[in-house]
Order: sequence, then C-alpha cells, then structure tokens
Amino acid sequence: MTYALDGWQEPTLAENLAKAGVSRRDFLKFCGGLAAAFAAGGAGLSLAARAFGADPTAAPAATPTAEDIAGKLGALTKPVVVWLQLQECTGCVESALRSGGTTVEDLVLNLLSVNYNEAIMAAAGDAANRVLGNANAEPHILVVNGSVPLKDNGIYCAIGGESAETVLKNAAKNASAILAVGACAVWGSVQASRPNPTGAVGVDQIIKDKPVVNVAGCPPIGEVITATIAYLLTHDEPPKTDAQGRPLFAYEQRIHDSCPRRPHFDAGQFVRTFDDDGARGGWGLFHLGCKGPSTVSACPVIQWNQHTSWPIGAGHPCIGCTEKEFFDRFTPFYRELPNVPGFGVEGTAEKVGLGLVAAAVAGVGIHAGVTALRLAASKTTTAAEPLAALGDEAPASEPAAATESESE
Amino acid sequence: MTKRVVIDPVTRIEGHLRIELETDGQVIKNAWSAATQYRGIEAIMAGRDPRDAWAFANRICGVCTSAHAVASLAAVENAIGSTPPRQAGLIRDMVTLSAAIQDHVIHFYHLHALDWVNVAAAATADPAAAVTFARAIGSAWKGNTLERMMAVRDTVKGILDSGQLSIFSGGYWDHPDYRLPAEANLMAVAHYLDALEFQRSMIRINAVFGGKNPHPNFLVGGMACSIDQDKSETVNQVQISEVEKWVAETLEFVSTCYVPDAMAIMGVYKDYFDIGASAPNYIAVGLMGAAYAGDPNQAPKYPSPTMEGFRPGVVLDDDVSVVHPFDPALIAESVASAWYTYSGGATTLTPDQGETTVGYTGPQLPYNWLSDADKYTWSKAPRYDGRPVQVGPLARIMVGYAGGHARTRQLVDDAAKKLGITPAQLNSTGGRTLARAVDALIAAEVLSDKIFPQFVTGLKKGDVDVFDATKWDPGTWPKSAAGYSLVEVARGTLGHWVRIENGAISLYQAIVPSTWNAGGRDEAGQMGPYESALAGNGRHPLANSAEPLEPLRTIHSFDPCISCAVHVLDAQGHELQVVTTS
Repeated sequence: MTYALDGWQEPTLAENLAKAGVSRRDFLKFCGGLAAAFAAGGAGLSLAARAFGADPTAAPAATPTAEDIAGKLGALTKPVVVWLQLQECTGCVESALRSGGTTVEDLVLNLLSVNYNEAIMAAAGDAANRVLGNANAEPHILVVNGSVPLKDNGIYCAIGGESAETVLKNAAKNASAILAVGACAVWGSVQASRPNPTGAVGVDQIIKDKPVVNVAGCPPIGEVITATIAYLLTHDEPPKTDAQGRPLFAYEQRIHDSCPRRPHFDAGQFVRTFDDDGARGGWGLFHLGCKGPSTVSACPVIQWNQHTSWPIGAGHPCIGCTEKEFFDRFTPFYRELPNVPGFGVEGTAEKVGLGLVAAAVAGVGIHAGVTALRLAASKTTTAAEPLAALGDEAPASEPAAATESESE
Repeated sequence: MTKRVVIDPVTRIEGHLRIELETDGQVIKNAWSAATQYRGIEAIMAGRDPRDAWAFANRICGVCTSAHAVASLAAVENAIGSTPPRQAGLIRDMVTLSAAIQDHVIHFYHLHALDWVNVAAAATADPAAAVTFARAIGSAWKGNTLERMMAVRDTVKGILDSGQLSIFSGGYWDHPDYRLPAEANLMAVAHYLDALEFQRSMIRINAVFGGKNPHPNFLVGGMACSIDQDKSETVNQVQISEVEKWVAETLEFVSTCYVPDAMAIMGVYKDYFDIGASAPNYIAVGLMGAAYAGDPNQAPKYPSPTMEGFRPGVVLDDDVSVVHPFDPALIAESVASAWYTYSGGATTLTPDQGETTVGYTGPQLPYNWLSDADKYTWSKAPRYDGRPVQVGPLARIMVGYAGGHARTRQLVDDAAKKLGITPAQLNSTGGRTLARAVDALIAAEVLSDKIFPQFVTGLKKGDVDVFDATKWDPGTWPKSAAGYSLVEVARGTLGHWVRIENGAISLYQAIVPSTWNAGGRDEAGQMGPYESALAGNGRHPLANSAEPLEPLRTIHSFDPCISCAVHVLDAQGHELQVVTTS
C-alpha cells in the first residue's frame, strides 16, 4: 500500500497523512513495522530507536512501540532552516538555485521551512531580524555561506549591526546540524588568500563544540548542496565525511580517479597549448596546470548544471576549488603540479597528491591524494548526534557510543 | 517630528546593505546608504599571474558571475596585446549575455517581485481568473494554464495553512499598499516558480562553454572550450543544438512572461513612475554585454553585435536630446563618506593620482546608528565630472534612446504609450524596473538573432579557432604593460584596469556599477543615487516605518550588488607591492 503525499500542506505528518487518505490504523501498522525493525536490532538502528522514544539507558532490547513511533512521527513538523550569508559573494545560493536534483523550490516549499535566508526571504530589516531570532531559539538546521572576518573586531562584515561572528554564534547555539557550504564558509576562500586582509576564517574555526559538515567548492555543485540537506532529511543524520569534514558522497575520490581523460593521461597524451590538436581530442590537461590529481570532488561524476558539462569537459584545467587554500597553493593556475616526471604511472600521480597535501596540511589526516588510504581518520563523530530539528531528542547525557573508531 | 528608521539587513539583494532613514510623518526626509562588508581583494591580487586574474575577479560576485571575469580578461588582453579570435568573442558574448539575462530575470521574480506581489493574497485567488488575467495583459507564456494556477494556489495555501511560512515568514502581507488583484498575485507567484525552472535550464549555455555556473571558467586569449563540428570531444553539433534550444527558451520567457509581467505590475503601481527619481545623469558604453578591451570610442577588431548602433556616451540632466561623449578621464572617486583615507587629507582623487588605505572610523559592533558621522560606508562614491551618475539598465535605455538606438527607441516609446508615461518619468523606481525588462528583451533578441547565428555561421565556414596562443607565454609580454576594459554588465558599466610588471600584477583597479549607485555622499554633500532616490525630493512615501515596503521597492529597483560595490579592487592608481609568486 502506498500513498503519495502531495506536498506538505498541514502542520504535522499525521495530519498530512490523514489528508492523503491514510487511516490511523494503517499508520500504526506502518509504525509497527518500524518497531519490529528496531527490535530486530542492528547498530545502525539503535540511534533511530532512541530517537523514537526508546530509553537510551535501558538494555538494548528495549525498543519503542508502534504507539511511541506513531506519536513521534506524527508530530513531526517541517525542519526549520537558518541559512546565513556572511562574508561572501552569493554564488553558493545561486548554485543551489541551479540544482536540478532536489530543487530549491522543493527545499523551500515542500521539505523545509527556510525561515531565514537574506537572498530570497520576503522580510527585511527588523522583521527579518525577528524571524532570525525566533528561528535561532528553536532547534534548526544551520546552513552557512561565507567566511567570518575576525580582524579589527569584525568590522569587515556587519549584519543588522552585529558582527558576522556574533551572527554565526547566535545561530549555531541551538543548531542541530551545521553545514558550511562553499569555500568561504569552509576555509575563507578568496578573501582568506594571501595576505588575508580581513582575517577571514571558516565556520569550523569559530564553532568548535559541534561537528561542521564542509560542503567544499567555489561554489559547490548545486546538486551537492541540496543533496547534503536532503541527506539529513533522509538519513536523520549528517553524511559521513572525510578528514576535512567533506561529505563522502561527493568528496570521496580525486577528480583524477574518475576523470574521463584519465586514459589519455595514462597513455601520455597531453594538451600542450589550449585549442591544439590534443585539446580538440580531449587529451590530458596536466601540463596546462590541471589540479585534478590533487583535488577531491565528484565533478566528473555529478557534473554541473543538470549534468550538462564540467570544467575539464569544457576544456579548462581543474583549478582545485574544493581544496583548502587553492587560491594560494594551486596558483599560478596554469603551472603544472610539481615533481611529476613523465606520465602513465599511477604511483607517480599518487605521490603528487600525497606530497602536496602533506606539505599543505602537515599533521592533518591525509586524504586527498591517496585513494588507497581513503577513509583514514574518517570524521564520523557526527553519527551519534541527535537531530532535534528532525524531531530527535537529545540524549540526557551519554558518551558518544556510536562514534566510529578513529581509523581502520 | 523626525523619526529614525533603519533597514538592516536589506534582504533580496547581493551582499550586505544597511539603509538609514529620517522620516517626517509618512515621507522620507533623509537617507544614507551603507555597505557593511569589505573583503580587500586588491591586496590579494598583487603579485599574481595576470592570467589567473579572471578567476579571482570572478569571485567578486556570484550573482553577476562572469561579469568581472570578462572585464578582467579584456583588461589583461588589452595590456599584453592579445586578441581573442572572433569565435571566442562570440562564445564569451553567449556566456555573459545568458548570465546577464538570467540575472535580470532572477532579480525581477525572486528579489524584487515580493515588493509588489502579495504571496498571501495569491492563496485566495480564483485560478481561472489568473489565467484570464494573464491573457488580458498579453502574456503568451505557456505556463498560463488552469491546472498550473490551481496547483500553485494549493501550494501557497498549503504553506500558509501549515503555519510554517518558510521564506515568506515575516513578510508585510497585511500592508495596505499591496495593490494587485488576487488573480494577478497568483499569476505572479506561478511565474516566480516558472522563473526558477527557466533560470536553471537556460544557464546551461554557461556550462557548455565554461564548464559550470556559477563561476564558469575563462581563458586569457580566448576560451578553453575547443569547437569542431567533426570531433567528439569538442563542442559540436550536439551542444550547438542544445544551445539553440536554450537561446530560444530565453527569448520566449523574456518576451512572453517577463516583459508582460513587468508592464502589468508597474501599470498597477503607476505612481512609482513619479517616486524614486535619482541622479539625472547616466553612462553607458553599449548594449548589455558590450565588452571593450581598451578605449570604447574605438571599434575593436571584431565588434560584437552588442556594440552595433550604440555609441558609448553620457546623458546629463535627464536631457535625452543629446548624448555627450564619454571620457573616462572625468571619473573621480570620493572617500568623503567611506572608511578610507587619501594622503594629505584629500577626499576626491582622479584615477591617475589615487590611492587606497582602509581607515575604519565607525562605531564598534554592535551598533544602532552609523550616519551621524561623516563616514558611514565601505563603498566609495564615484563621480563623473563631479556629478553623481546612475549606471545600469536605465542608463543603457537613456543613452540608447538619446543616441538613436532604433530598438531601444521603439520599445521605450511603445511602453511609454501603453503606460501613459513620458520617457522623462523613467528616472524613477518604476522606470528602473521597467528599463530592466526592456534591457533583457533587447539582450535576448541580440543573443537569438545575431550572436548565436553568427557563431553557427562561423562554424559552417570552418572558423574553429578559439585561442590566441601568440601572447600566452609571459616572455612575449613587455616588461611593463598596462591595459583596461569597459564592459556593460547587468548592473551597468564596469571597468577594470591592470598594470603588469615583469609578468606579475602590480596594480589592479576596478570601477564597479553598484559603486556608482550605492556610494554615499561626496565632499560637496551630494547624495549617491540610492540616497537621492529615497530622499532627493523629500516626498518618498513610507507609510509605516515598521514595514518599510516603499523604500525597499526603490532600493531593489537598483538591483544592489554590494559585494561588487565595495571596492574590492582599488579603482585608484595606488601602487601595490610586487611579490614573487612562490
């Protein structure tokens, strides 16, 4: 038996289901199925079981009843979203507007209540600030675009007469999930590049008491932005991430690993000058400065603008915009990555990535360059975090038992 | 009694803008425009490879993405003597025009429309009446169906009934000055949603040639996307057919949806052609998209269709009977109201003497009021021959009209006749909004009727070169080189200046459209265009200071882009330190 929910038109799931013709009895039956699944166990379900009312301190056998689940699910309202734009260029909101997967209208009208986003919200001034204050006071999902300029007491970005740092901290306080979307929010991007005149830093340099998911890129692919939010809604928890906090579903492999030009690279077929015969033959862009070997992103897989094309597909070398400090580490953009003799040897290419990353983020978990070592030091501490915005309740106090081990 | 009103944040714009007002009764008596974000990219550009500059410049703004990139390319190419092939120029035109038209559409529907359209009232509309209304205003848009209007009404109703209003939370939905009939509100909300789908679709033109949008990739000397009808890895007939479809979509949406909507809505709010008059002076160097590498008064080797029949010029004092020649040497910038200092205490300097030093003198955060002090913004105040100037769609319309650009005259005269206004009334809140729609239509026609067909004709003739390789190697550049560009981007005339020493950037400057419009007062006390639009004549309405709907209409009519406005790049001649790129 299936029902099609025609959007979210009533305040709660129970009412929406009723409107869609789902009887209370059917709903309870469905919840009973969930209860059975929880009873069957499985580590992955313990979190959900707890979220739906099981006593976290009780023995593992204690699972919620169908009534528990129905009560919890039925009262679910649309998660509230606060979507800040700090020191930035609005390119990330624009990218989200381009998403052809989960669209912005899906997010804004059907799936979420995006109460605060300066680029598209109706209210302004005092009315906007009141909306923000109200949203901040309740559990919400926090999306952040833009960096925080710390120099000179934050005078380089003021919103509503407050510093960006204050705006961010106020919004983070009751946030049940925090997504830093775009290179500015992740590490500061162009304005944090040498000599970083305003002291710009990323979100996770300000918010240290909660995990921050880093949706990297300048901007990130629109579909990746909206999918990260959809992931929260679907899975009830933030996506698993790499050591830099980037969701694995979009940042698991190097561009080089899935680049369609890779066979040409391995065969030693390279573009030597833009628009030469090699360029017209789709050969490797390595000698024109392509940063694909040192850049983690699913660009070749997901592509851009509804799978129309992507930077390398349109003949331009990757500039590595999902990597920290790419405006400094990867420039000049048209200079080839260092220390790569010849071609065709995977081991050599691996060294390129490893060397660069090790040099740049010495001491931090190495991921970018080494496919074989992927998931090392995987940052999965988010797995145990309840999502109050999704209806979860915070556990009374409990060590993060579900946290996965630091490395494999 | 004078009352102080603050609008901060001004939402539905790009960037961070604060408006401070003094009102008396229900009118605005004084206004200050304060840009509250600074990023300092000028210092970041110093010492970089000029071939990288476009990528930095592109990040100035993600709304007018491509605009700064192309201005940067043209300035660098002017400096090093590179000439992109004809086809590369047409490709850039396709990328920038599609992005600029998209920018206008997003502005009208997603940033500006909620000033005029009451979303809440749309829930009460009769869907059949909305279809009838659309027909009555001459909208031939394919989305005007009963089924669509019913679905949209139900969506809006569902959101209102749920009590969770999402992006519509806190809107001024009970404000008495929302004047559209219910069915017009419903039609407009339906088109708001259609425009989201539209912008997502047509912008794929950017992805074909630039690999992505926002922030597509460009290349000094041409474009990186090779084109060849008989190769599988280049742009070929597969993409050409797609682009042809998206170009047609663009013209269809702009002509059958956007323009009729703008005409109808501004027709209901006709008094706004008498509200919001601002600086009566205008600069434009061409139709939207025109990109000059160097002097705009000289025809380039491959003139773009965006330059045809449109001479660069200046209109002064709202007098459209004469176009004055445009002389970049008459531009100067004031820091009288901006948090910068010039040496020796000067407040205005011409480009050949200028300098930039940050000198914040405002209150520490948090603050309640900025403009008791002389300095209150991060935006400088450009002046042309000492005069404040408006740039943007209205400026292109005014300069084009005065200069006899045939299509501009025809469209403006037609619109004026239909609405019962004079061309002089275009200097207004309604005029800026109407001008943007006309500007988009002209651009969509040029894209569809000239640029794309010329590109295809070139391909047919075997013209596949997209890159000038002769100046790629820095060894071919002079030891010292300088160049500049002037480009008509969505919000107006944009100029980039670059100086290159020993292969590295030693100076980078920009004169940016939103700086012209958003800047504050100069040392003579002349207001900037946002300010004079609100407080120039002391009659701008503001019925209820708790719901500043009327000033938001006027500010939004400029389409603010504050990340651009704040001088990310020094427009003056300040010499930046050359450092060696490691």
